[in-house]
Amino acid sequence: MNATGIAPDGTQAPQPPAVPALVELKGVSKRFVKTLDLAAKVGNLLGAGVREEIVHAVDRVSLRIEPGQVVGLVGESGCGKSTLGRLAVGLLAPSAGERLWRGQRLADLSPAKARECQLRMQMIFQDPYASLNPRMRVLDLVGEAPVVHGIIAPRQKVEYVGLQLNRVGLDPTLMRRFPHQFSGGQRARIGIARALAVRPEFLVCDESVAALDVSIQAQVLNLFMDLREALDLTYLFISHDLGVVQHMSDRVMVMYLGRVVESGPTPELFARPGHPYTQALLAEVGRLEPRKRVFVPVRGEIPSPLDPPTGCHFHPRCPEAMPRCRDAAPPLVEIGPGRQSACWLNAAPEPGAAGGAQRVAT
Amino acid sequence: MSVVGAAGPAVCAGVAPAPVLEVSGLRTHFFTKAGVVKAVDDVSFTLARGEVLGLVGESGSGKSITGYSIIGLVDPPGRVVGGSIRLHGRELTGLPAEEMRQIRGNRVAMIFQDPMMTLNPVLRIDRQMTEAVLAHEAVGKRAALARAREALVAVGIASPDERLRAYPHQFSGGMRQRVAIAIALMNRPDVIIADEPTTALDVTIQGQILFEMQKLARETGTALVWITHDLSVIAGLADRVCVMYAGRVVESGSCGELLSRPAHPYTRGLLDSVPSRNPRRARLKQIPGMTPPLIDLPAGCAFRERCSRAIGRCAEAPGITRYPGPVPARVVRCHAPLVPIDGAA
Repeated sequence: MNATGIAPDGTQAPQPPAVPALVELKGVSKRFVKTLDLAAKVGNLLGAGVREEIVHAVDRVSLRIEPGQVVGLVGESGCGKSTLGRLAVGLLAPSAGERLWRGQRLADLSPAKARECQLRMQMIFQDPYASLNPRMRVLDLVGEAPVVHGIIAPRQKVEYVGLQLNRVGLDPTLMRRFPHQFSGGQRARIGIARALAVRPEFLVCDESVAALDVSIQAQVLNLFMDLREALDLTYLFISHDLGVVQHMSDRVMVMYLGRVVESGPTPELFARPGHPYTQALLAEVGRLEPRKRVFVPVRGEIPSPLDPPTGCHFHPRCPEAMPRCRDAAPPLVEIGPGRQSACWLNAAPEPGAAGGAQRVAT
Repeated sequence: MSVVGAAGPAVCAGVAPAPVLEVSGLRTHFFTKAGVVKAVDDVSFTLARGEVLGLVGESGSGKSITGYSIIGLVDPPGRVVGGSIRLHGRELTGLPAEEMRQIRGNRVAMIFQDPMMTLNPVLRIDRQMTEAVLAHEAVGKRAALARAREALVAVGIASPDERLRAYPHQFSGGMRQRVAIAIALMNRPDVIIADEPTTALDVTIQGQILFEMQKLARETGTALVWITHDLSVIAGLADRVCVMYAGRVVESGSCGELLSRPAHPYTRGLLDSVPSRNPRRARLKQIPGMTPPLIDLPAGCAFRERCSRAIGRCAEAPGITRYPGPVPARVVRCHAPLVPIDGAA
């Protein structure tokens, strides 16, 4: 059911596939460093031993998105999913690793060519309130970028914006209004129209429906699916809502504290989650079966990304943690067609790990 | 932990025990310059001991204002203009401010979506928690501190002694919410109103909080009003559900009945628009249009513009229809309900 999704999601990627991926990230990392201020530097001269604070928001993640594919990115707060989305779209520069667009390394391209590729990637933000300039009319919010990039002449703006608004289900006669005159769902549509106005091929949707009510969320998700078909779009769909991701995506990547813990085709991953963290997440997914549930929570808190646990980041909360998990981080390995998981339970059975190996084999 | 009476209430029993909280015909209106906003317009429900009532609705449906009205926290220009709220038979509307203050935080407590609305950022947790006891009871500081410690243990906070001496900023979001819940529990209230307490939390942390709340309701007999927009939380937690739309309860009934056989087209629409109820990659069934502004609501059913079953009669406001069956009965406010009134099980 998922022909495009089977391509190996290469961390090692031995041979390049015939068709280059639309977007590819190879071993990208993003570190945010809080450099020492003067007081700390002076303090250090006196032996205070203040150190720079480094957050590994994204830690050596590889991601491959085929043309027309929808890849879902799931995780809890602080897992680096938004940072990865911004890296993919080019809003942040990776600290390490490289970005490829249709098989070309973006860093190698001339600035003009890179900008052209960059325009093919757009982002739709989470907060439909904060991401629209309150002092700009919809006409300018949506029409500014296509004019600046020479896609349309300035005199075509009104007509062009009208078409864009129509496409996302907004009345073009409202284009002279300001964002505050719209409801949350309408603002989400403006955000989508703005991203689509420069004719992108790849969209990063960062929690784009999280702020919306259930009935409006359904409308916007339907719009995403219609647009994908009509315009042949490729999505990276970031959400903490597993139900939404399951519905929308071909492939899913699960992140925890900056690392990918599991990825695979959506139906398989949801049917047979391999990593204990994925299992825990899926166990918490609300179901609408009207049955009293006994909530069996994962213990512990999400650790601070400033000071992540050693070894596997999940081990303090993992019901199956072994001594090994504390010492070394498990590599992300292939556990089935198109499926990867980073867990020591996937490794060759050890004494006491027999159950894990069995489970993964399916 | 010490609980109020060990005998758990028969939550699912057919015979309804005397209600702890009875809300009937509640109306809370906001008198703004632009006009009267009928945020809550004729809301009724009852709550038995140990019962969990889910109050579901989208933004602007009046679910939070219903909660605020019960605990007496509606600020001007808002005002409770009608109906009654009875706690153990005692009328709360129109109570003098001082008497209401004695009840608030004592017999009825509230948990907010953002725990920092409950917690004072510049006071230590111990001070904030004991304050809640000392405000209502003549007990010593040491006894109050012991109670605070006990409440922290009850909500699953490890090393409570250390935590009592910490400030709110030293806690994570999930921990703060636990502290807020612990404060709500301090005086062993009869009713806790929880306003979207897990919405801002991560999935795994939400699971932990739901687990604690479910346990507490069962063990202490505290009745819960759980306000949320998330039907999947309600599905696993609530005994009864009230669905609100544009300030009115459009349907209420037992959680099982309501989710498996919704009677109101809006409930049905809400359930159908949840992605997991639709085949993967298929178009979601959506409710067309959007919630009407509450200012100058048109006469008649507020949902009729978006309703696929709307008929001519919907131009006049539908009353509440009761289904035959055990009390508290299932009710619907619709001229053309999806479940026929006579044949209801």
